Amino acid sequence: MKILVAVKRVVDHNVRIRVRADGTGVETENVRMSMNPFCRHAVEAAVRLVEAGAATEVVVVSVGPRQANDVILTALAMGAHRGILLEAEGRVETLAVAKLLAAVVAEERPDLVLLGKQSVDDDSNHVGQMLAGLLDWPQATFASEIKVVGSTLEVTREVDFGRATVAVALPAIVTADLRLNEPRNAGLPMVMKARQKPLAIRPAGALGVDLTPRLMVEQVAPPAERATGRQVANVAELAQVLAAEIAELEAL
Amino acid sequence: MAVLVLAEHDQGVLAAATARVVAAVAALGPVDVLVVAADAAAISLEASRIAGVSKVLAASGLAHASSDALTNLLAGVAEGYTHIVAAAAAVGRDVIPRLAARLDLMPVTDIVAIHGPARFDRPIYAGNAIETVSSSQSRQLLTVRASAFRPAAGGGTAPIENIAMEASTRQAFVGEARTQSELPELSTAQIVVGGGVSFGSAEAFALVEALARTIGAAVGATRAAVDAGYAPNDWQVGQTGKIIAPDLYIAIGISGALQHLAGIQGAKKIIAINSDPDAPIMKIADIALIGDLFTVVPALTAELEKLGLKR
Repeated sequence: MKILVAVKRVVDHNVRIRVRADGTGVETENVRMSMNPFCRHAVEAAVRLVEAGAATEVVVVSVGPRQANDVILTALAMGAHRGILLEAEGRVETLAVAKLLAAVVAEERPDLVLLGKQSVDDDSNHVGQMLAGLLDWPQATFASEIKVVGSTLEVTREVDFGRATVAVALPAIVTADLRLNEPRNAGLPMVMKARQKPLAIRPAGALGVDLTPRLMVEQVAPPAERATGRQVANVAELAQVLAAEIAELEAL
Repeated sequence: MAVLVLAEHDQGVLAAATARVVAAVAALGPVDVLVVAADAAAISLEASRIAGVSKVLAASGLAHASSDALTNLLAGVAEGYTHIVAAAAAVGRDVIPRLAARLDLMPVTDIVAIHGPARFDRPIYAGNAIETVSSSQSRQLLTVRASAFRPAAGGGTAPIENIAMEASTRQAFVGEARTQSELPELSTAQIVVGGGVSFGSAEAFALVEALARTIGAAVGATRAAVDAGYAPNDWQVGQTGKIIAPDLYIAIGISGALQHLAGIQGAKKIIAINSDPDAPIMKIADIALIGDLFTVVPALTAELEKLGLKR
């Protein structure tokens, strides 16, 4: 089995983001960037399939500026075999990303494409499903477990009522949720080795995909601030406050 | 302009989210509701009673909400609609982007405010910023955060039209694990009690459930509490779990990690119980009590029971 994993470079999830005063977006200059956490789970799942003997090659692809090489190197250090950067500046919408990935799938012919279920910057949760739609492949989103059973995958999905397990025949798209695995931190020797692995850089514009955004971002604003609260002294007081709140709700 | 809403339902019952989505999009045009289920009859009847619904389309024959079968069905009926809308829940999130790619449209998802036919607010960065986007596309594919909108009233009498569907799917159902609970549905509950990892065990987490039962609340949990096995995954509230907007959220032993706060930003009032006065949750709470949850929670439950608050 050959696996393609898509990864994204985002503002590190531990950074408290700052909305630009002019409302044009979120400040990303001089901010720590790293691989989107969900993508790390996707890379880890792919590497484990190789370690278990179920897969032979893991190709990592990213769409983004030249610096996105960093997250590809992270994936290579985790155990992926080679990387492809589709270099693009500025905002590339999820639909265009999915089309770029579909072009890579046409070239690479993987049996499985693994992605994170969403990225923690725009929180879209689109690309895996879109890619499945473009390729007309089956999809198993929000995966918390992947089992290989012959030429099919049994994927346990995190859904609204609990967990649901589906079987999809390969080729297929799977998107990773956070309980899929514990991603490894690659040690220094693996980081050094990653630099020797092949990494192709190609302009995203050369893949015949229209990258013009369909949506206009008019404004980005911070959320409304909450009013300052007060403290209660003891349980009895809290119970009174709660009882009053609930009585008010009942009256509505 | 005409709107198609994909109904949310589970185990033969229409989900409360559907009436909220209908209310959210009612200003965009006449609203039809599409019910896709193994047997859509009873759910369609419920949907027909939502005020403001013009027509219910009932498609029977699909037992599990497979994204490919749903996409095929929606693509077939899309022609007549300017807006196709689902709740931003597991099914809508799974299907709408797939449909969007199929129709070559860029969707707008997780909408929390609608300013016009093609202008919407959606949260980004776990709710730490709100983006206003406008679309110049001829058709809009949307998911809406049901908890951000009040439900439409009942009393409607929309006609129900049965439509045929091709139910073949390449997503074979293997099995499911459901969380059994008689508590209200988390995503649309008026009151939610949330517990964090500081409960220390699944047994201790039952304190949260006991309090919730006393006041008729749903139970939520932080990612850490779910990861530790104290609560089932479908109770998780946060950026990666459920996004809730109850009238009242009671956060117990929850420090207030960014990704959890992302799930509760829509809560109208937050009450926090925590032993650490400097925990981030205490800064955003409307009412805070500093104390040890193992003594506070049973005492609070007993006190509320004494006050006769059984809802």
